[in-house]
Amino acid sequence: MSDSIYYFIQQIANGLTIGSTYALIAIGYTMVYGIIGMINFAHGEVYMIGTYISFIVLAGLTMLGFDNVFIMVGLAMMVSIMIASAYGFTIEKVAYKPLRSSKRLIALISAIGMSIFLQNYIRLAQGSRDIAMPSLIQGGFLLGDPDGSHILISYMQVIIIVTTIICMAGLTLFISRSRMGRACRASAQDIGMTNLLGINSNNVIATTFIIGASLAAVAGTLLGMYYGVVNPYVGFIAGLKAFTAAVLGGIGSIPGAMLGGLLLGVSESLTAGYFTAEYKDVVAFSLLILILLFMPQGILGKPEVEKI
Amino acid sequence: MLALEKVHTHYGPIEALKGVSLNVEKGEIVTLIGANGAGKSTLLMTVCGDPRASSGTITWKNEDITQTETAKIMRSGLAVVPEGRRVFSAMTVEENLAMGGFFNNTNYDERMEHVLELFPRLKERFSQRAGTMSGGEQQMLAIGRALMSNPELLILDEPSLGLAPIIINQIFEIIEMLRGEGTTIFLVEQNANQALRLADRGYVLEHGKIVLEDTGQNLLVNEDVRKAYLGG
Ligand SMILES: Nc1ncnc2c1ncn2[C@@H]1O[C@H](COP(=O)(O)OP(=O)(O)OP(=O)(O)O)[C@@H](O)[C@H]1O
Ligand SMILES: [Mg+2]
Repeated sequence: MSDSIYYFIQQIANGLTIGSTYALIAIGYTMVYGIIGMINFAHGEVYMIGTYISFIVLAGLTMLGFDNVFIMVGLAMMVSIMIASAYGFTIEKVAYKPLRSSKRLIALISAIGMSIFLQNYIRLAQGSRDIAMPSLIQGGFLLGDPDGSHILISYMQVIIIVTTIICMAGLTLFISRSRMGRACRASAQDIGMTNLLGINSNNVIATTFIIGASLAAVAGTLLGMYYGVVNPYVGFIAGLKAFTAAVLGGIGSIPGAMLGGLLLGVSESLTAGYFTAEYKDVVAFSLLILILLFMPQGILGKPEVEKI
Repeated sequence: MLALEKVHTHYGPIEALKGVSLNVEKGEIVTLIGANGAGKSTLLMTVCGDPRASSGTITWKNEDITQTETAKIMRSGLAVVPEGRRVFSAMTVEENLAMGGFFNNTNYDERMEHVLELFPRLKERFSQRAGTMSGGEQQMLAIGRALMSNPELLILDEPSLGLAPIIINQIFEIIEMLRGEGTTIFLVEQNANQALRLADRGYVLEHGKIVLEDTGQNLLVNEDVRKAYLGG
């Protein structure tokens, strides 16, 4: 195989890695939108908080002398999921639920306010500088000639992709098979009717926020370890990327969020690999503008239905 | 069993119900007739708390439910087949029925079997998506879904709308059968003739007010009712 093919495959692998995490975060946007028709702009902040929590837990476990990385990462992820879920749940109760019957724009402003509040709250609590973490999982699979052209897939990349696949499979099973998952799908179509069947829509809405926050926490743990740094602003950029992914795939559609995440990750990584890394973020936002202009329903989305 | 006392309902500035009082007793079929826009659907939905009455009281099984939240009302033995069916079109027949039995898991299998007996068509279409079914099939599904919660009172809003006469007859037969099983029925029908023949009692609603109340038989022969609602 020639050099250029190795290089191309490497970019794709990198893109799928990042794209997986975008997809995980995008689920939170798309599910909430599907059910209550609003963009939860504070979702990126939940991801950011999830990243901090896992950093804190990992640092704590290292200090306590733990050395099994799998147990450490597993614990960090679990604690992060629990705390991020609590945030997701509380954000909905405090900032959105009281506004449920008011205009969409008002809830949107509340969401942006919540986002600013959380960002600054973490900035005050943790400082605004980068916090770095030594990489716990090193090494990877090397394909090709170590001294010449080769592809390097790090173990961390493998962990990210495998964990994402497990989460997405779990989510798909939950949505398609479980009682609550069915109630979520029904609510996405007609939440008033689910109420008329005796199902408390507050529980369904709370469930979507908890699922979204949990997946954001998983993404936070993984991406935090991959990049090795966190600061109070990572939620803004990751949130925007994941939002782009959700819109690209078709907001409201769960498979769409998965697809959109992967597509965005790969486009970014190809741009970085063949042009310049500086244009990476430009890709995401140009893409967002283009889709909103020419294909607002996204790839797998339904034509826009006005939500109340 | 169900009683409304001077109930008013507003949509913003519009007053759709202007002091409605009526009652439905256990085991009865009660029908509500009235012109388009008279407020029939509003009345049925107000019982379910969606929209909520702006004043007056609604009593269900000796309990004031005027301010009770919709989901809780619907878990207390009431079920509704709303106007326009509102089946979950992206979900299968089975899933739609399961949604109807969501909160009440006792005898789930028996009730499912019972509903499929009442509507053999639903059995044939068990794993078909509701959105791809015909209007009549969707209407049967909406009724089946409501029955999955084993309601004491079944509220039906124009179950025959847009259906072929043969299907309409089937639906009326099923309503009669349900009464035989002890289900109380509160029915709104465009097809006033057929509804009054079936009903024990009927109310006539005009511009948000009850203007007449009598037995089904008497209303059928009432001169004004004949002129206004039964085509002369
Ligand atoms: N969601 C709503 N918002 C505002 N006004 C409404 C709403 N729903 C109904 N109305 C108004 O309330 C009045 C009663 O409507 P309703 O649907 O109860 O009539 P109906 O008797 O069921 O008519 P139909 O026979 O056409 O179904 C109408 O004037 C209608 O325009
Ligand atoms: Mg109506």
